[in-house]
Amino acid sequence: MKKDYNKLWTLFRSMFVLSACTFGGGFVIVSLMKKRYVEELKWLEEDEMLDVTAITQSAPGPLPVNASVIIGYRISGIAGSLTAVSGTILPPMIIISIISMFYEQFRTNPYIAVALQVMRAGVAAVIFDVVINLAGNVLKTKRMMYIVMMIAAFIATYLLDVSAMIVILTCLGIGLADLAVTLTKKKGTVA
Amino acid sequence: MLLLKLFFAFIQVGLFSVGGGYAAIPLIQEQIVNIHGLMTLEEFSDLITVAEMTPGPISINSATFVGMRIAGIPGVLLCTLGCIIPSFCICFVLAYFYYKYRTVSGVQVVLGAMRPAVVALIASAGASILMLGLFQAEIHEAVTGDIRFVELGIFVVALFLLRKFKMNAVTIILGSGVAGTFMYALTGAVSGPAVLSMFG
Repeated sequence: MKKDYNKLWTLFRSMFVLSACTFGGGFVIVSLMKKRYVEELKWLEEDEMLDVTAITQSAPGPLPVNASVIIGYRISGIAGSLTAVSGTILPPMIIISIISMFYEQFRTNPYIAVALQVMRAGVAAVIFDVVINLAGNVLKTKRMMYIVMMIAAFIATYLLDVSAMIVILTCLGIGLADLAVTLTKKKGTVA
Repeated sequence: MLLLKLFFAFIQVGLFSVGGGYAAIPLIQEQIVNIHGLMTLEEFSDLITVAEMTPGPISINSATFVGMRIAGIPGVLLCTLGCIIPSFCICFVLAYFYYKYRTVSGVQVVLGAMRPAVVALIASAGASILMLGLFQAEIHEAVTGDIRFVELGIFVVALFLLRKFKMNAVTIILGSGVAGTFMYALTGAVSGPAVLSMFG
């Protein structure tokens, strides 16, 4: 039981810190979660983290909250989900509550504006670091289909502005087709 | 009753904001400005500015902002709760099924096809943020913009520290904010860049 509390506390603390540093959308926090839970704590496998991302992207609601629910569930069931979600939503709640009272000063402060601008370079570096590892692993599968899908999905989202959900659902369709082909092949060899 | 109205308005936001992030903005606007008249359009655009400048998902940010403006702390709690209840329930069920069936080989085949796409989506988000950082513009406009060398330097150093020394990501993000502000302050350019939206 004691160990469980420790684990929940680590989960809460990690989510709280990650959420407080997530400038710029859901995929930033996914990169941070991957570094924290896969590389540092070794609580999740890399494939699992990618699956969780695909699932959260297809469900309604804010991506960081969705990912917290699933990762929390994996760590320790419903208690884990509740802990992880609290950790995720508390920082924005606290920050926005305070800012809503000092909104004018906040918005016009030039130092804050500069800090937010330059922080993007750091955020981008973190995402690139994660992407280099992930893309490397896709290349290692040596499956032409996966490599082509990765490149096509990148072109679709980045250059053609196709929405993330459509990309995920298309790949779900391709995955189902792939499954159908695999199953027919198996049947073929049996008969 | 106002609190209850807020609560149900944000349940709808949480339930229907599929695709996350900026997809939620028109939905929140409809619920808060158009249907319930809880904020003016001007206050709402302030809200978007603040949400872009602070960490956290935009729907949680707006739930908090609206709740605080209209009903103080109880408003914050109720709006945020409303906003996350739908996704909490849905994702909990999805998590249950995912962990029950993920080792089934057929499920693995299907999930395997989705993983490269997720990698691409993360890469695309990274590329957008990098372009905003270096040129303050999306790729399509980047050709005309001048490159910002402070940001370029920070990006290269940060990536090096991450790859070579496996430095902590949070330290990198906060450190780059501090280092960059310092460099801009030194060059006296702090009247500087306006904050643009992360994804245009």
